[in-house]
Amino acid sequence: MNRRRFLRTGLLGGGSALLSGCQILDGLMDTNNATRRFMEKANRLTMVTQRSLIGPDALAPEFTRADIRQGQKPNGVIAPTDLEYQLLAADGFRDYRLEVMGSVRQPLSLSLDQLRNMPIQTQITRHDCVEGWSCIAEWTGVPLARVLDMAGTYNTARYAVIHCMDTIEQTLSGGVRYYESIDMIDAWHPQTILAYGLNGADLPERNGAPLRLRVERQLGYKMAKYIRAIELTDSLSAYGRGKGGYWEDRGYEWYAGI
Amino acid sequence: MARQSNLIYRHTIVTRVTHWIWAASLFFLMLTGLQIFNAHPALYVGEQSGFEFDNAILKFGAPPIPGWATIPSGQDLATGRVIHFFFAWIFLGTVMIWAIGAILSGHFFRDLLPRLKDFRSLTKDIVDHLGFRFSHGRSYGPLQKLSYAVVLFGLFPLMIFTGLAMSPGANAALPWLTDAFGGRQTARTLHFVGMALLFAFFIVHMAMIVLAGPLNELRAIITGYYRANEGDPQ
Repeated sequence: MNRRRFLRTGLLGGGSALLSGCQILDGLMDTNNATRRFMEKANRLTMVTQRSLIGPDALAPEFTRADIRQGQKPNGVIAPTDLEYQLLAADGFRDYRLEVMGSVRQPLSLSLDQLRNMPIQTQITRHDCVEGWSCIAEWTGVPLARVLDMAGTYNTARYAVIHCMDTIEQTLSGGVRYYESIDMIDAWHPQTILAYGLNGADLPERNGAPLRLRVERQLGYKMAKYIRAIELTDSLSAYGRGKGGYWEDRGYEWYAGI
Repeated sequence: MARQSNLIYRHTIVTRVTHWIWAASLFFLMLTGLQIFNAHPALYVGEQSGFEFDNAILKFGAPPIPGWATIPSGQDLATGRVIHFFFAWIFLGTVMIWAIGAILSGHFFRDLLPRLKDFRSLTKDIVDHLGFRFSHGRSYGPLQKLSYAVVLFGLFPLMIFTGLAMSPGANAALPWLTDAFGGRQTARTLHFVGMALLFAFFIVHMAMIVLAGPLNELRAIITGYYRANEGDPQ
């Protein structure tokens, strides 16, 4: 190898090493990557630390009407294309039923009117999206705790899985519907509500009509829209890819308190 | 005039180890932070983000940070967050170990806390720096001390607390923290500004090491031993 060839090979090699250096960490994008799975343990540490500092009942900050300066920014699915949903919506959700099932003594099937006749809670809170933006709005609904009281949860219930009506992604094996899950600490939390009202009006379709979840101490993707059913369970492994939510199955943290 | 020089023990093991963990953590925190910024490339003042009113102080139509400056290189908010929070914990733990070590060893009061005499000799030190005349003593010069103090006692806490102020969980535990920064979106903006200032410090830090003698400076922060000039301030 002559000197020129040596230099050229060296420069090419060095150049490509520099370029691939930028992508050297891209293996971490694979959710099964061992290093990534190790790093994800930090999320568990965050949850344990926050939970022990907060306590189960500490409230998220609430705001005043003067702080509502705009409509609630819609995000994710804003108009479900599912026929079942569109038929319900066309009729003003008169035939809508919220199913409460799983580890409960009394499975429930509740109409919107029945939910509206339960204790009403209104709260003005800040919605924080994982993308980075925030929006303040007034939410009206029934505390999830009252619905759970009515159904009577078994001690085996560790999570509430929220099943939704909207297909968020089309795959070769069919449509994927949005779903989420929270543990019983957040399920019983006094600010966790099933909201049917937004800023003094009925919850609009783009914000999750007829019913959406509010979990005020976590990020927006936990607050599932277009709720069809709530299922109490002891394990998340049977749902989706087993990580507890549509976005969790795609690499986002299950505990979204940060 | 040739001056005699001698090797002195300048940096304790705690200083050296925490320095390098910080260097690695801040590298990952900054590049994953830029990845996170790309997910919503706008900065606001106040509690919320204005979509129907204008409180933005910086706004891009498309992700502005190129792939070579983000981790991962493609758009991937989820992975960026996993790596960001992992190193945020490493960083926080290192800051706490450093703080305890620096107070116990006297490093904090002896070397870092700016004193009246530092401010008195500040003008001379600035003139010396402008003329590329650097002192090589046991202790830090006034400008050096002040810049380290700004980073350690100003920017590091700013990054930790503005980071916490953005967390909805931390908001429930410490609602006054977000208020103290003037709202969640202001905290996010300050987090970005703090990142930019830390990067500016990094550039100056590298330049000063090159100018002051990179081998001597590197040896000191790796082995602890520094070649000091006699006659320079000890």
